[in-house]
Amino acid sequence: MTTTTLNHDEAHHHDNPTGWRRWLFSTNHKDIGTLYLLFALTMLFLGGASAMLIRLELFQPGIQLLDPDLYNNLVTNHALIMIFGAVMPAAAGLANWMIPMMVGAPDMALPRMNNLSFWILPAAATMLILSFVVPFFPGGGTQINTGWTLYPPLSVQVGMSMDFLIFAIHLLGISSVLASINIIVTLLNMRAPGMTLMKMPMFCWTWLVTAFLLILVVPVLAGGVTMLLFDRHFGTSFFDAAGGGDPVLFQHLFWFFGHPEVYILLLPSIGVLSHVIPAFSRKPLFGYKSMVGAMLTVATVGMVVWAHHQYTIGMSLGAVTYFMIGTILISIPVGLMIFNFIATMWRGAMTFETPMLFAVAIVLMFTFGGLSGVMLAVVPADMQYHDSMFVVAHFHYVLMPGAVFGLFAGIFYWLPKWTGHMYDEKLGKIFFWTNVIGFNITFFPQHFLGLAGMPRRIVDYNIMFTEFNVVSSIGAMIFGLSHLLLLYIVIKTIRGGKKAESRAWEGAEGLEWELDSPPAFHTWTVAPQIK
Amino acid sequence: MKFNKNHTRHGSAPVSALQNKNKAVLHNMKLPLLAGLSIALLTLSNVSKAEYGLNFPEPAANVAQDIYNIHMLTMQITTVLLLIVFGFVFYSLYYHRKSRGYPADQNFHNSWFGNWSWVIVPVLVLGVDLTIAGKADVVLKKVWDVPKDENILDVKVTGHQWWWEFDYLDHNIKVESRYVPQEKSGDLYLREVDNRLVLPTGQKIRFLHTSADVLHAFWVPELAVKKDAIPGYVTETWAELNREGVFRGQCAELCGTWHSRMPIVVESVSPQQFAAWVDDQNAIKIAAAAEASADKTWSLDELLTKGKALYETKCAACHQVTGMGLPPAFPALKGSALATGPIADHLQIVIKGKEGTAMQPWGSLNDLEIAAIVTYERNAWDNNTGDVVQPADVKQAR
Amino acid sequence: MSVKEHNGDYFIPEPSPWPIIGMLSLLLTLFGGALAMNGVSIGGFLVIAGLILFFYLLYSWFRDVVMENLSGKYSRQVDTSFRMGMFWFIASEVFFFISFFGALFYIRNIALPWLGGEGYLGMTNEILYSGFENVWPSHGPGEMGGDFTPMGAWGIPAINTLILLTSGATITWAHWGLKIDNQKQLVNGLIATIALGVFFVILQGYEYGHAYHELNLTLETGAYGSTFYMLTGFHGFHVTMGAVMLMAILGRSLKSHFSSHNHFAFEAVAWYWHFVDVVWLGLFVFVYWL
Ligand code: HEA
Ligand code: HEA
Ligand code: CUA
Ligand SMILES: [Cu+2]
Repeated sequence: MTTTTLNHDEAHHHDNPTGWRRWLFSTNHKDIGTLYLLFALTMLFLGGASAMLIRLELFQPGIQLLDPDLYNNLVTNHALIMIFGAVMPAAAGLANWMIPMMVGAPDMALPRMNNLSFWILPAAATMLILSFVVPFFPGGGTQINTGWTLYPPLSVQVGMSMDFLIFAIHLLGISSVLASINIIVTLLNMRAPGMTLMKMPMFCWTWLVTAFLLILVVPVLAGGVTMLLFDRHFGTSFFDAAGGGDPVLFQHLFWFFGHPEVYILLLPSIGVLSHVIPAFSRKPLFGYKSMVGAMLTVATVGMVVWAHHQYTIGMSLGAVTYFMIGTILISIPVGLMIFNFIATMWRGAMTFETPMLFAVAIVLMFTFGGLSGVMLAVVPADMQYHDSMFVVAHFHYVLMPGAVFGLFAGIFYWLPKWTGHMYDEKLGKIFFWTNVIGFNITFFPQHFLGLAGMPRRIVDYNIMFTEFNVVSSIGAMIFGLSHLLLLYIVIKTIRGGKKAESRAWEGAEGLEWELDSPPAFHTWTVAPQIK
Repeated sequence: MKFNKNHTRHGSAPVSALQNKNKAVLHNMKLPLLAGLSIALLTLSNVSKAEYGLNFPEPAANVAQDIYNIHMLTMQITTVLLLIVFGFVFYSLYYHRKSRGYPADQNFHNSWFGNWSWVIVPVLVLGVDLTIAGKADVVLKKVWDVPKDENILDVKVTGHQWWWEFDYLDHNIKVESRYVPQEKSGDLYLREVDNRLVLPTGQKIRFLHTSADVLHAFWVPELAVKKDAIPGYVTETWAELNREGVFRGQCAELCGTWHSRMPIVVESVSPQQFAAWVDDQNAIKIAAAAEASADKTWSLDELLTKGKALYETKCAACHQVTGMGLPPAFPALKGSALATGPIADHLQIVIKGKEGTAMQPWGSLNDLEIAAIVTYERNAWDNNTGDVVQPADVKQAR
Repeated sequence: MSVKEHNGDYFIPEPSPWPIIGMLSLLLTLFGGALAMNGVSIGGFLVIAGLILFFYLLYSWFRDVVMENLSGKYSRQVDTSFRMGMFWFIASEVFFFISFFGALFYIRNIALPWLGGEGYLGMTNEILYSGFENVWPSHGPGEMGGDFTPMGAWGIPAINTLILLTSGATITWAHWGLKIDNQKQLVNGLIATIALGVFFVILQGYEYGHAYHELNLTLETGAYGSTFYMLTGFHGFHVTMGAVMLMAILGRSLKSHFSSHNHFAFEAVAWYWHFVDVVWLGLFVFVYWL
């Protein structure tokens, strides 16, 4: 069957689009996936560069190179670029590349719309970057010094750049909703005959749930920032007590999106792990069913615990108790996922190529971050942690391992499939070690800073916080530079390297490995039969 | 999925080529992670004092102590859990490796354990969760139970961009608390203020938090209360100090440019000292009021000296000591149209503030103070207009 | 395209310029919008240019789709994809509206009671607004926008409710016509629906005028004005969109593009129209009536 596909794909290479039209006008899930991934990589560097500036400023007490507004402008942009520009597009890129190949579909269900949802991203990035630079032009107003949470009234004080940011968020929203629709439809409507939902590869499951979450919460964020826009320009008072509104209303809207968002960032990586760990343990994923169940639980419970970001705003005892218990309970499904991963490694025949190394690191470090999350969930203790560097440490421990490293693992795992070349394993391992060690040096000390009383989002701090900030900044430089190695490896692999066979990894399972590496422009033009 | 049986699971060249590297990899893999972990244990657990600023400072209020304990409890529980996870992972990493010739157990997930783990694990986790939640709930109730009875001390805490205002409602005393520039505060820079929040030990204190402009948050770790100050709303917290001392905290909610410059310094004193302090404050207030209302005309120099002091505490945060401001947010006053133009406009802006900007109304200052500031602004930094603004002028302008 | 024969006849379109043009039109519009809101004059022109480009785009994109459809490129499976797509799109719209309804709910049942001295943050009233009491409709302790008269439910709004409900019926009637390939009934049903939709929008416009001039009920009228205009405004916008879509469908029906077995476009618009309908009922109850 594999062979048949190949033959007639050879036959059609002539009518494959070429040149710039191929990329700008693409209706091909592989090309669009590549575009997503390249975009994400660029954004990782942009967001990372801002992070490096942040760390440089925090390297020593005092205000050395960034004035306070510029600092928080960078913080805002760093967060938004990383989340909406790097992680989500990267995950969407993997989805575009892999989902049709995994479910045996000829392409995404709505190829033209697929291209639209990608191309909106560069537009959004433009608006985002504009929101950062506009203040530097005469008449550009003040900088966005609100952090990515954009809380009013501060965000109402900010100058016109905030409007660019609001519209950027609208664009990002449209993009992810369209992408999600496409993914849901592909998964529900395009699976190869015989592939029931419960036979669907786990990566597809995670994306199905992620896409549902996106469709449910992103519009709420859009609504929230729209009200913000009206408060800014049209005299409404949604977030103004004088008119009967409440600044905290915005926080509820933001976090109703914001908390599910963190699982949106997490789940695709969980999906990747569910392929990487079995592949390199050479045995099937442990607890497929419970994995699906856990995921659905995380999604549903995750929708109703948002106010754990707002313990300090003055909520009634009943409300905080509810949100506390709800939040803590999320450790059950997530814990089950972690358990399943460990049980998959257990009694396996493991080898440790780069994807697997990242996978193991994720299991360990994400657990760490998750556990600090449970500490944050405890309301009375969060009275201390809240808005301190402890929170910053928590969420980088969940965001980097939980989201970014998962994507790295996926990239190394599927790079041979995409490019047809094996990446340089030696370099891969070097990258892993510098990256993971750098990461821990950067963020581990921030826990102590937080406990000792250092608030987040401050450009300048008392000398009592110096030591750990120095360590953290040095770690950040190592960590940052290590990404240049990633860039090098990827380019090197694209340009050449040992030929990858169709099943690039010994233990790899699934339809995508039936296709040759790199796969033909159009794959599964004859749907495979799943027994 | 049972698809593609035809593929064997036996090592293909590229993979097996890597095997021998893995031992090495594994050994140095343990080191950094274990190292990190042991630091975590050493530092995070039972470092009760804040010697190296590794953990919360020693609590100064009962509730704070409870919070400290719940923090240590959850941290220990989670550390143990982390150890369990690490333990299993590293055991598996070491023994279940292809390089050690371990054969993958293809039926592990079909064993009875495989079939029931989805019940066992959640139940165990649930147990731990409920333990944590239960313990937390007790403390939570205490923290949320703000006293309402008579003999409490009510302190209204108002956040401003970028200073704190403390109103002792029962003694009608107002304390304005601003950060002290590095030249004066030295090592305590960003942790020191001009006027401290003086509080008595052994009395229940209720804080009423609100804000004049944007969100702020009142945070003093020793008191363990953090509460957001929300413009237009009032949130409550409470504390009962159990030891004397000086406790330092900072504004914990991003509030714009000088969020980093909103320290809070609590000076915890005995009830007697507190009573004495209250009396001085009232005395000072009366004196100041008298001075201001005494319709004497002030000389330029008198006003300049007063003005300089006031300007540097109240205005310099934004407009800078140099009068250069921080454009565009904070306009310069040096040679500005306002400070050299008509006096009336200048007074208006200072008294009424400027809509839609960070410039707040300063009407709460007394006539003399405003007169002094305006006079100073019109003559400092070679603006020297030579204008002398008298308290009387201010009274009219109001 | 040649894949067609092989891929279980799932149609993969040729490379298309429309998506990237769509991106440009959005960018132009929003960029212009941001400028315009801050009084940069060219902003307005950019917005207009952007919108023109946008409608040109919609036209050309959908023309392509129609062509492909008519030339029989779409299999059942493709049709299903479109239906599912439309369904989830409407789902996301629902949550967009939920955010505004949520705001209304929060303000009425949580924020205002606090300001009025009840509930957890009741202290607020004692400290900051003694004398203010919470009665809906409210423009808050700051009495934003000055005195106003709330919008009654039983005048125009009630009529509008009837109009939309009828339009729901007429479009269903049109659908029945389509199902039995009764061209005439389809067209008449659509015309009726469009007429009602347009009438609704006109009445809504009149109502706004009335609110602004006689009732002094404006966007500035505190929480009430904000929620009132935000919710009704967004709904009105959706009705307008829906009406435009209906016109497009009418055009295609006149060209008898649809048949009892192939009329996804019609149904998509019908669903959308019903959705707008249901939202209105929510509005009528929570914004006008209660
Ligand atoms: C990928 C992103 C991600 C993920 C997965 C998580 C996961 C979790 N987060 Fe985190 N979080 C963020 C990203 C994320 N978070 C971000 C970005 C912020 C800051 C936003 C901002 O303010 O800017 C934040 C902030 C944040 C706060 C607010 C802190 C504050 O501002 O005061 C809280 C409070 O409850 C919290 C809790 C949790 C919890 C309970 C989980 C749980 O899902 C964790 C579950 C996992 C485990 C528990 C570990 C594995 C389980 C076991 C080993 C089983 C045994 C465990 C137990 C019995 C406990 N997070
Ligand atoms: C997925 C999301 C994500 C990711 C990947 C990161 C990655 C990083 N983040 Fe950040 N971060 C957030 C999400 C994320 N962050 C969020 C949501 C906030 C809160 C914002 C707010 O408070 O509003 C935040 C806030 C935040 C702060 C707190 C600021 C403050 O509160 O004062 C800090 C400070 O250390 C920080 C640091 C870093 C660092 C060092 C990295 C590193 O991982 C970056 C590493 C990557 C690179 C460095 C790019 C690749 C390399 C180059 C660009 C080459 C050039 C390198 C050099 C010159 C060395 N981040
Ligand atoms: Cu005040 Cu931060
Ligand atoms: Cu959260």
